[in-house]
Amino acid sequence: MKSYPTRAVALLATAGLLVVTACSAGSSTSSGSSPGADQSLSIGLVAEPASLDFTTTDGAAIPQALLGNVYNGLVKQDETGKIVPDLAKSWTVSPDRKTYTFTLVDNAKFTNGAAFTAADAVFSINQVKTKWTTSLKAAMDVVQNAKADSPTKLTVTLAKPSNDWLFRMTTRIGAMFSQTGVDKLATDPVGTGPYKLGSWKRGDSIVLQRSDTYWGTKPFFNQVTLKYFKDPTALNNALLTGTINVVGTVQAPEALSQFTSNDKYQVIEGTTNGEVLLSFNNSRPVFKDVRVRQAIRQAIDHKALLDTCFAGRGKLIGSMVPPTDPWYEDLTSVAPYDLAKAKSLLQAAGATGASLRLRLPTLPYATSCGQVVKSQLEQAGLKVTIDQLEFPAAWLTTVFKNADYDMSIIAHVEPRDLGAVFNAKYYTRYDDPTLQALLASADAGDEATQVADMKKAARRVSEQAAGDWLFLLPNLMVAEKNITGLPQNAITESFDLSHLARS
Amino acid sequence: MIIRLIERTAVLLVSLVVSSVLVFAFMAVLPGDPARVALGVNASEEAVAQLREQFGLDRPLPTQYLDWLGGLLRGDFGISYVSKAAIGPQIIDRFQVTLWLVVAGMIIALVIAVPAGTVMAARHRHVSGLALSALSQVGVAVPAFLAGILLITLFAVKLGWLPANGWTPPAEDPGMFLQQLILPALALGLVQGAVLTRYVRSAVLEVLREDYLRTARAKGLRPFPALWRHGLRNAAVPVVTVLGLQLATLLIGAVVVERVFVIPGLGSLLLDAVSNRDLLLVQDVVMVLVVAVLVVNFFVDLLYVALDPRLRVSSR
Repeated sequence: MKSYPTRAVALLATAGLLVVTACSAGSSTSSGSSPGADQSLSIGLVAEPASLDFTTTDGAAIPQALLGNVYNGLVKQDETGKIVPDLAKSWTVSPDRKTYTFTLVDNAKFTNGAAFTAADAVFSINQVKTKWTTSLKAAMDVVQNAKADSPTKLTVTLAKPSNDWLFRMTTRIGAMFSQTGVDKLATDPVGTGPYKLGSWKRGDSIVLQRSDTYWGTKPFFNQVTLKYFKDPTALNNALLTGTINVVGTVQAPEALSQFTSNDKYQVIEGTTNGEVLLSFNNSRPVFKDVRVRQAIRQAIDHKALLDTCFAGRGKLIGSMVPPTDPWYEDLTSVAPYDLAKAKSLLQAAGATGASLRLRLPTLPYATSCGQVVKSQLEQAGLKVTIDQLEFPAAWLTTVFKNADYDMSIIAHVEPRDLGAVFNAKYYTRYDDPTLQALLASADAGDEATQVADMKKAARRVSEQAAGDWLFLLPNLMVAEKNITGLPQNAITESFDLSHLARS
Repeated sequence: MIIRLIERTAVLLVSLVVSSVLVFAFMAVLPGDPARVALGVNASEEAVAQLREQFGLDRPLPTQYLDWLGGLLRGDFGISYVSKAAIGPQIIDRFQVTLWLVVAGMIIALVIAVPAGTVMAARHRHVSGLALSALSQVGVAVPAFLAGILLITLFAVKLGWLPANGWTPPAEDPGMFLQQLILPALALGLVQGAVLTRYVRSAVLEVLREDYLRTARAKGLRPFPALWRHGLRNAAVPVVTVLGLQLATLLIGAVVVERVFVIPGLGSLLLDAVSNRDLLLVQDVVMVLVVAVLVVNFFVDLLYVALDPRLRVSSR
């Protein structure tokens, strides 16, 4: 008895919904490419921010939602990896490469009504040095002084030349805050971006509203909902049933076929900064011998591995550099798959039959790739035992902090992270003065020097087999066919919503 | 009656204190440092130590425990390590969502179990009773999350009748609320209903063998009216016991079902908090669940007395 009325209500409500959807679909065609007055979009993502304050809370989810949408920086990175103007119209670098002079836009406003000036830029840069608590703040240490010469002129003096500093200004540490709008960063962000925070339903979604005070070209959608799904199947189902319009990150590439075979959807595939690294604990005696490290690299058939554990999506890179960095070279030929060579290297090093512990974080790609790595290394004559550590907490403590591991697998998604990852203090425990010298010279030199030295550094870690790069995570998105402006490559920290539109 | 009430209340209080110690101790031994998780992969030792101090994690465990318990008694759940937001309002918010789900699941379970169980018992020698019995065995074997996935695949993805997931508060859009509630409530209710059916069946079978029912039949009442008027109240005592226990299972089952249906309830709050090592939040949510289960069982105990006058006599 009970189920009839509920069912009827449900069917009626569904019918009502269809009518509403039909109306909005009709209105969308008439509005063309100008900002849709009442157009909204819903994007499905995976990781929900724990807080909205990236000055004190780490994690990729906060800048993904807010950077470029709610906050602007002085500079940003375009889709090809180039540094381009944002709140700074232009900038010059002094001959000694220590002084940067920025000319700022004069029409930017924060959502709290205050105008953006060079004083806010000075404030934001100093905040990173004094108030931020996350480790990323270290990138601002090189700044000696920031000064507002006029409301639109900012001078930043560095302690030593650093190409990396300007690049880091494209990330969250370069976000510009209002001097009068930092009281409630965790719940109430104030920025100059094209969107402002509408609402945040914890555990469910973040709604961004188009900002009326935005100084640039107004975005097409007046409302964008970022909806969070822990479960990849639930995320796919939400698109299939029309709850969302875009799957922002495809978690399970093997499930893509249900979209590729359907005319209603488009699949976007590009690159990211996420190098999936088979890391070695270089402080362990067995890994002190370069031949063991090289043997492991050559024992792995990377093409077969990618096909098995990531449905063949992704790119083989052979070092710690993604194709969108200016110093990218295809280094997959440095350590080609050669089982016989791997066996002989192990024998020469006296490491045949060595036992290695592969400690994996509980992440789908790590779990599935770990099995392939184990079986391939065992063919070369190594003994590999796998154990799983809950991610993030247990993995961070055991592998990352205490370096209590032989090998692990994790995607390093931070941009330009070669220097950070292959470092004696990092969990890779990779101590290589030659590499450090190359990195220092790249940071201090002009653009050409930087590119040349970074190429050498990338080749160095590859030849020295400081780790093994299993593959580069692909940027995989699925969207309804009429959504335009989705980024091909996901190489910045932000999910830029400002170019999205409905055709 | 009064003695029984005092006795039960004392048991409840002791259970509450013991469980609070257990919950706290369990969190203390969980691996992973909340300060490090909050600060991220490259945080310096000094920054982590500073945050530990700020969270009060550097104090002795007994002090931390008493502070926490004292806060709970004053209704102060503390501040989340990760989001820096007050925990109390978050729990209240999420608990309402889970409560809708659990209550709807319970109603569905009862609507299925009472008639089906009664029919199964009354007709236990007939084909229809046996068929229902077999069907309920299948239901018992299916976990709620699998039921959820199957329901989504059929009714949302294939047929498109109902949304696959999501949650809208009833005040915002009652129609949408109902649509989104149906599948998760069914996922919970069908499985619990199947379990409950088994208990209703055996309880009714028991009653059918009683003398007073034979007398009722001898008076000329037909089997179902006899059961309805004399049997069901007696069968209700064991069923209510199971119902109380099942309410606990439903709360736990809701954790999983919430994930499958992307519902921002207590379960998803708990899972997120565990992975963020938002330990205080985990502690608070687990404690709320424990209190809910203990309090339900307390009332179930009292309900026996209301249902069965004989218990009132014997407890005097």
